[in-house]
Amino acid sequence: MNGATYPHAPGFVAGDRPRIVTGRFEYDDAHTLQRFLATGGYQGLQAALSRAPTEVHDEVKNATVLGRGGAGFPAGVKWGLTPQGVWPRYLVVNGDESEPGTYKDRLLMELDPHQLIEGCLIACYAAGLSQCFFYIRGEMALAQERVATALNDAYAAGYVGKNILGSEFSVDIVLHWGAGAYVVGEETALIESLEGNRGMPRLKPPYFPAAIGLYGQPTIVNNVETLANLPWLMLNGAAAYTAIGTPTSPGTRMVAVSGHVKRPGVYEIVNGTTTFRDLLYGDDFCGGIRDDNALKAFVPGGGSAPWFLPEQLDLPFENKLVSAEGSMLGSGAVMVMDETTDIPAAALTLARFYAHESCGKCTPCREGGTWLERIMQRIVEGYGTPRDLDQLLEIGQTICPGQFPHASSDRLGLTAVPFPYRMTTICFVGPSAYVPVHSALTLFPDEFEAKITRRNLIPVSVGASDDSH
Amino acid sequence: MTATEPGTASAAEPAPNPNDVPITVNGRPVIARKGELVIAAAQRIGEYIPRFCYHERMQSVGMCRMCLVDVDTGRGPALQVSCMITVAPGMVVNTHSLAAERAQEGVIEMLLANHPLDCPVCDKGGECPLQDQSFTHGPGESRYIEEKRHFEKPIPISDLVLLDRERCILCDRCTRFADQVAGDALISFSSRGNNTQITTFPDEPFASYFSGNTVQICPVGALTSKPYRFKARPWDLEQTESTCTTCAVGCRMVIQSSHDELVRYSGVDSDPVNWGWLCDRGRFNYESVNSGDRLAAPLVRDGEELKPASWNAALARAAELISAAKAAGGPASIAVLGGARGTNEDAYAWARLAHDVIGTPNVYPQMGDGVQINVLGFERATIDETASATTVIVIGPDLKEELPVLFLRLRDAVLNRGTRVIELVQKRGGLTPLAWRSIEYHAGGTAQAVAGLAADGDIVAQLAKGNVVIVAGRANLAEHPREGGNGVLAALELVPGAKVLPAFRRGNVVGAIEMGLIPGEGGMQALQIAEAAAAGRIECLILLGCDPLNDFPDTDLARRMMAGAPRIIAVDTFITKSSGAADVVFAAAAYGEKSGTTTNIEGRVTTVAERVTPHGTSRPDWMIAVELADVLGGDLGFGSVDELTDAIAANVAGFGAATADAVRRATDGVLCRGALPPATPRALTVEERNSYDYRLVVGRKLYDNAQGTAKSPALAHLAPGAAVHLHPLDIERVGSSDGADVKVTSKRASLVLKVVADETVVRGSAWVPFNQPGPNIGELIDATQAVTDLRVESF
Repeated sequence: MNGATYPHAPGFVAGDRPRIVTGRFEYDDAHTLQRFLATGGYQGLQAALSRAPTEVHDEVKNATVLGRGGAGFPAGVKWGLTPQGVWPRYLVVNGDESEPGTYKDRLLMELDPHQLIEGCLIACYAAGLSQCFFYIRGEMALAQERVATALNDAYAAGYVGKNILGSEFSVDIVLHWGAGAYVVGEETALIESLEGNRGMPRLKPPYFPAAIGLYGQPTIVNNVETLANLPWLMLNGAAAYTAIGTPTSPGTRMVAVSGHVKRPGVYEIVNGTTTFRDLLYGDDFCGGIRDDNALKAFVPGGGSAPWFLPEQLDLPFENKLVSAEGSMLGSGAVMVMDETTDIPAAALTLARFYAHESCGKCTPCREGGTWLERIMQRIVEGYGTPRDLDQLLEIGQTICPGQFPHASSDRLGLTAVPFPYRMTTICFVGPSAYVPVHSALTLFPDEFEAKITRRNLIPVSVGASDDSH
Repeated sequence: MTATEPGTASAAEPAPNPNDVPITVNGRPVIARKGELVIAAAQRIGEYIPRFCYHERMQSVGMCRMCLVDVDTGRGPALQVSCMITVAPGMVVNTHSLAAERAQEGVIEMLLANHPLDCPVCDKGGECPLQDQSFTHGPGESRYIEEKRHFEKPIPISDLVLLDRERCILCDRCTRFADQVAGDALISFSSRGNNTQITTFPDEPFASYFSGNTVQICPVGALTSKPYRFKARPWDLEQTESTCTTCAVGCRMVIQSSHDELVRYSGVDSDPVNWGWLCDRGRFNYESVNSGDRLAAPLVRDGEELKPASWNAALARAAELISAAKAAGGPASIAVLGGARGTNEDAYAWARLAHDVIGTPNVYPQMGDGVQINVLGFERATIDETASATTVIVIGPDLKEELPVLFLRLRDAVLNRGTRVIELVQKRGGLTPLAWRSIEYHAGGTAQAVAGLAADGDIVAQLAKGNVVIVAGRANLAEHPREGGNGVLAALELVPGAKVLPAFRRGNVVGAIEMGLIPGEGGMQALQIAEAAAAGRIECLILLGCDPLNDFPDTDLARRMMAGAPRIIAVDTFITKSSGAADVVFAAAAYGEKSGTTTNIEGRVTTVAERVTPHGTSRPDWMIAVELADVLGGDLGFGSVDELTDAIAANVAGFGAATADAVRRATDGVLCRGALPPATPRALTVEERNSYDYRLVVGRKLYDNAQGTAKSPALAHLAPGAAVHLHPLDIERVGSSDGADVKVTSKRASLVLKVVADETVVRGSAWVPFNQPGPNIGELIDATQAVTDLRVESF
């Protein structure tokens, strides 16, 4: 197998591919200012400062840098949504990466923090923002330490703060550690948390962050990886950026692979052209399924993405194509399940996560998520009833009314229902609890039926409430 | 209401109103208002969208998801929460589409999944929005077969409120009320997901003056109040709309009874007054009406003892006393004190009895513990005008303690309507955190402090914006009642166009004043009456529901007054310190036992209702007046409450519109303004404070020894108790420490009080709450002096 790994960067696998954001990962001191400067660091910022903010903004727009947090919304367009002439306005960096299976942002923060700081500064310059809040997930101790150290060094060297590099441009960056709630990865919940409140999402409308965000001011919330693209883009230009990948999905993207592959890890792949088959089976990538088992199913875009079957392996990393096939690329996490996987148990694991992480604000998520989990628990433990399978789908209808996305399958005679779903909840956490249940039940009905026993009584102890939190 | 069918207005083709937004709800065209929420616009045309978290008087949060409806803004119908989405032109709303009804059913099913369904033993059962909406919008059955969520059954979250977390549907109404409306964010969500629950913070109970409102707005039986819990079933309740007379704000409420006993008060949303809110004192003090200590029959003195007597015997005895007093000292030797606790009708009947039948000018409605009555004579503001003014100048008491719902309205004005409050305080209070400017001054310096505002350019510029309202009341019971009036006059000199909202405290003091319970030609005020009685110049003292030994700030003078009056007649609901010393005590009907009208601080005349039979043989005050007049050989000329109300309309200046019929019909009451002349300035001689002394500030807390609270078991123990509050640096200065006993000495007397470190007290002042359990601060007050200074010594 090809593809280099480095002891100081566990999880990262390099390869003979264009590298935009992981370019420095091979250095074990990439997180230091010294190494950063020696490898072209802060030159993207200098390039940006030598041009007018609108030109920088246009460059990002032309490059179609897609948001890497999950929704895949072009960053340049997002920046343009803030109302003009309202001050102050903020940049919030979403480093609360907690989607199951996703660990790419953590590597970016741990291994190349200056690249992020540089990206923040470029974004602030282009979008006319004077203050940046950098929110890092509470559990990521090393990332917090590395970003904090990098920020101190950057302040000391004059890259952050007043009159950056002698220009008229000033930005302050404030670090904030999360407290361990998955939902805070949702941008409005992150803003609530940043304000010191309980991390619960706000309603859109009216709380679109671009209009009413942090402290009620216009706010741009960008993912870590999105911002990490900007220094390279400033140095190499939009044309070089769009030369990689496809017109609708230019550049590269980081994908974290976990599960039953020979070499799980983070890969920077070419956007839009690399296929799932390349990723899972390519010598330069994961190198195949463990023990050369057969692939049973995989999750293409983080725990909240509907599942794919081997039939979808030849799809490239291209939002539109993946959506049409009933899932999403989401946060760039691929979870692989081989033929030995107990599908209902795997679905329960994911559903339990989302039920547990529900913030409790809206009814369908708070009650529905746990309800799904309880039924799944019973089924997995052998206490399922035939009625339960319909019940799972009916609970799902309350959370996500209408047709729910799923992949196509010749074997099952299914045609794909495209992504996204409709939802009665405030944010996607509620639907995410339903996603694995629906995918598992739709794509592997026989595995559920095999677990259903014909008992009439359910032992009281099963699924009893858990008051321990 | 602008909810009209467009067809009706199209004939004349008037210019389209820019605030009109045409939408369609369930196929019907509706003209909604710009910025209006879909849920509200639909409700105006009778399309009720089910809801739990949405409340008209609070910010929407869109949490319960019950109000999901199909909304089409041109991109096809989509489910939207109607409490978060504002109307847009051309919007098509369908509240009954298959998708909407399925979503609503789904939400009900999920809300009921973990709900204990213990409706048979739930106070809310029968009036429960969850029950009602399960009936109207629910699926009819539950498919939830897992074990339900369990929590410890009710946990007290304050002295008055209990929380059952199993019943809670986490709608955020109580927590939003506590945070947004009351400003006491003492309850909050904890845990998350399916374990989310409402909790208080460790060791911090939900001690809000407004906690009872959370019980009222709870859409399930999760929050229950201690006094009402398990007292009645909603379908057994009989109810009548009335007005709270605990303080003079005049909150509208319904009185609810079961088996002829008062069991609950609930706030009514009166737009110009209380918006549905009540304070806990007003909400729960019905317990005192049900108290076993109530007087059931008149009492007549027989030697040392007061003995129950028939009404005829008591009336005859009272008439004898009055006639004897007249014979001994003439009609002017009879004085009538009080009357601010009754209805307008009570006050009017007693005013006629005193002035016309007895013929005395010595009548006064307050006990020397209010602001001077002529504050009513200034151009008066309404509560709405105050709560939407550009600037409000508050001179006087802590409104949160004395007129709590007026405080809520001002809080809303500051937070949501851009009103700026300039307060002049002798001790910082509930409004201080909201005030734009908080000017501290010492007792006796009100007018100077007000005049001092002119030195601040920002304040002058703010006042120049116009639309200024002055709220004026009694800041300090240990200073002269004229201080308030002088303050208003000084403020009017600064802002000549300002209106005045008098911050009178007692329930119907404004009504009592307007009805004529005020001095006639050459008559005396409370202080003068007290001095005259102490000097033996009052032959008969008539106490109308007042307790000077408790309420008169100068206790020594009150004692001398009571001792100096040879004949005392009292009308009261309880035996108090003062009524216990009377020769005849008439048993009076209490609030909820008598009907009539009342007048609030803005002059709004509203109904009060008789809901239960008066206790024992007690009678309303007005009836006692009519009968006493009869025995004395006069005829007041009315035999029923309605006749009295109409007599008031016919005879009292400014009250012509408040006929019995008109007041009953007007949902928001009838605004009436009497013809009292405005207060005139009177310079007071204030002695310089010796720098070793502390200037005494005596203020009120919401809960004190008043009968309404002391005889309500749920409230009685909430009175904080007597103590002297000093600024921490002043405590250090006197060499004492927080919680220790100190000796406080005025020219009158000495008391030993606990000292409390309190940063809200102005340095150089000593603040003591009035009428509290423990040593009586009234012993130190000399009402003839402009101010009282104290020496504070540590042991």
